[in-house]
Amino acid sequence: MAERLIQIRELTKVYQLGDVIVNALRGVSIEIERGSFVAIMGPSGSGKTTFMNIVGCLDKPTSGTYILDGVNVSTLARDQLAEIRNQKIGFVFQQFNLLARTTAVENVELPLLYSSRDGVNHGHAQALRALDWVGLAGRELHRPNQLSGGQQQRVAIARALINDPQIILADEPTGALDSRTSIEIMALFQKLNRESGISVIVVTHEPDIAQYSSRIIRFKDGQVVSDEPVRRPRNAQHELEVLPREEAAETEAVAP
Amino acid sequence: MKKILPAMKIAFRALRVNKMRSALTMLGIIIGVGAVIAMVAVGSGASQRIEQQIASIGSNVIIVIPGSITASGIRLGSGNATTLTSDDARAIARDCPSVQAVAPSSRSGAQVVYGNNNWATSIYGTTPDYLIIRDIGIQSGSAFTQQDVDSDAKVALLGQTVVNNLFNGADPIGQVIRIKHVPFTVAGTLVPKGQSPTGQDQDDVILLPITTAQKKVFGVNQARANSVGSLMVQARGPQFIQPAQDEMRAVLRQRHHLQPNQDDDFTIRNLEEVFQAQETSSHVMSILLAAIASVSLIVGGIGIMNIMLVSVTERTREIGLRQAVGAKTRDILTQFLVEAVTLSVLGGVVGIVLGVIASKLISVFAQWSTLISPGAILLAFIFSALVGVFFGFYPARKAALLDPIEALRYE
Repeated sequence: MAERLIQIRELTKVYQLGDVIVNALRGVSIEIERGSFVAIMGPSGSGKTTFMNIVGCLDKPTSGTYILDGVNVSTLARDQLAEIRNQKIGFVFQQFNLLARTTAVENVELPLLYSSRDGVNHGHAQALRALDWVGLAGRELHRPNQLSGGQQQRVAIARALINDPQIILADEPTGALDSRTSIEIMALFQKLNRESGISVIVVTHEPDIAQYSSRIIRFKDGQVVSDEPVRRPRNAQHELEVLPREEAAETEAVAP
Repeated sequence: MKKILPAMKIAFRALRVNKMRSALTMLGIIIGVGAVIAMVAVGSGASQRIEQQIASIGSNVIIVIPGSITASGIRLGSGNATTLTSDDARAIARDCPSVQAVAPSSRSGAQVVYGNNNWATSIYGTTPDYLIIRDIGIQSGSAFTQQDVDSDAKVALLGQTVVNNLFNGADPIGQVIRIKHVPFTVAGTLVPKGQSPTGQDQDDVILLPITTAQKKVFGVNQARANSVGSLMVQARGPQFIQPAQDEMRAVLRQRHHLQPNQDDDFTIRNLEEVFQAQETSSHVMSILLAAIASVSLIVGGIGIMNIMLVSVTERTREIGLRQAVGAKTRDILTQFLVEAVTLSVLGGVVGIVLGVIASKLISVFAQWSTLISPGAILLAFIFSALVGVFFGFYPARKAALLDPIEALRYE
């Protein structure tokens, strides 16, 4: 077992948009250890999205190497990358990206449909457990339009967890949520990071949110400009206990 | 295989979302398949009818009729000469190895009377072999025999039309009818054969022993007493039809003392050739009908392709998400192919039902005989599935090859 989950060396990515050549990444080298909680920040156009796409095996680098969990994924073919995404990576998006007209539990089961692993028959029980874990027991048969934004993001997190990934990649996971719900979601990330040892990488432009991580990497113009640990990460769970309960806000959002 | 079932589930859900759109898309296939089924049913109904008519002539039948005669420089049409005789019939039966049976036959029209009823019909004088060659069955009573022919017995076999017109439902067997004032005992009735390929009522006949007919009914003069109207010849099998014709021509030319430079004084007609040509043309017709109907099936397929392309565009984000959570190219391809095939097969099944109903209606209202073969239904089903695969492939491939990043970002 490699101690480093992610080893990235001299990663570059060049796009061609018509006649314009865009150097989205200009030689990025990063190592991320197992079980870490990393925040990635930077202005738009800084290359952080491109970086996340490559880390998420959605895109391939122009040059450089990317070793994920001991496998050099920078040379893999399209379908092999799909397999890696299915088995090792969980995605959480800003817009949740749940399937409409599909129940919460079916949304959570979705990655199992494309899993080559055995035991898919237990998938339903697994999905129910994942929903329970993110605090949505009793809402398994609700459809996305019957759930609040925070609840939808919890479904998305349960979906990301279903295949026991090595890493969760969250792209602006709190971008569409109010501040209390944002803290709830960050609490969930911290919990799964602590309890399951799953690495979490969060892209955010909110400095507050980044403070829940233990390491902040800043991008600018396709390069890493700073990479430093957070001395005293915020604890979302503790903050929630101090905050006054806002049950009303939650139920209000449930209205179809 | 384990992925087909979930894919079908997804497909049904997707199709349910846009019920109206799915129904309209299917309509193209429904009309196409329905038209193919109905047109093929009409075509094969026509072919079947012609086949039945050919079978009603009898199998492997060759007809020999006398040639034309020239009287005072005026050439009369073929069949007017009196060159064929019962002896020719016997000679053919004896000397032509390819011939199974020969029956001389003469025809004349006559008025027939029974009680207060009378009816004009065709009188055929012939021998018992005629029934075998023409494949005519006896409905009730019994056929006349060779002995009846030899002894000029006054017995008659009645076709169904004659029975209907003379007897009003009474049992004709053993009754006495008068043909040109000559009393005949009804020995039997014939199994109805329906129309001939040329539209004649084959049941409007009376069969008599040829000897009796010539002497008592036709009243031919002594010089031509032995001549007959035609010879019905049955070859031993389909492959013997041509040899039988050649052998008969040789025997007849010899018997009629024809020199090599003289024309035949008889005509040999192979009916099957004529009707097979007719069958071929009806077959061509039904292929043509099916081809025209297939065009609408193809148009329906294009409709499926169109809707699938719209569907792929609408669901770009969903496709991106599925790719992000691990769907491979093949998985997405399968999903959209299954959806297209579900559309086309559902349409195909409804189309088959409508096609069957349509062909029933055609046979009821247009009085055309239609024939729905299980083969045509199976073919239509397979073809509609193939239309789904063929026209669904391009949109499915487009979906499968989407770039996951672009797809996820799609608004």
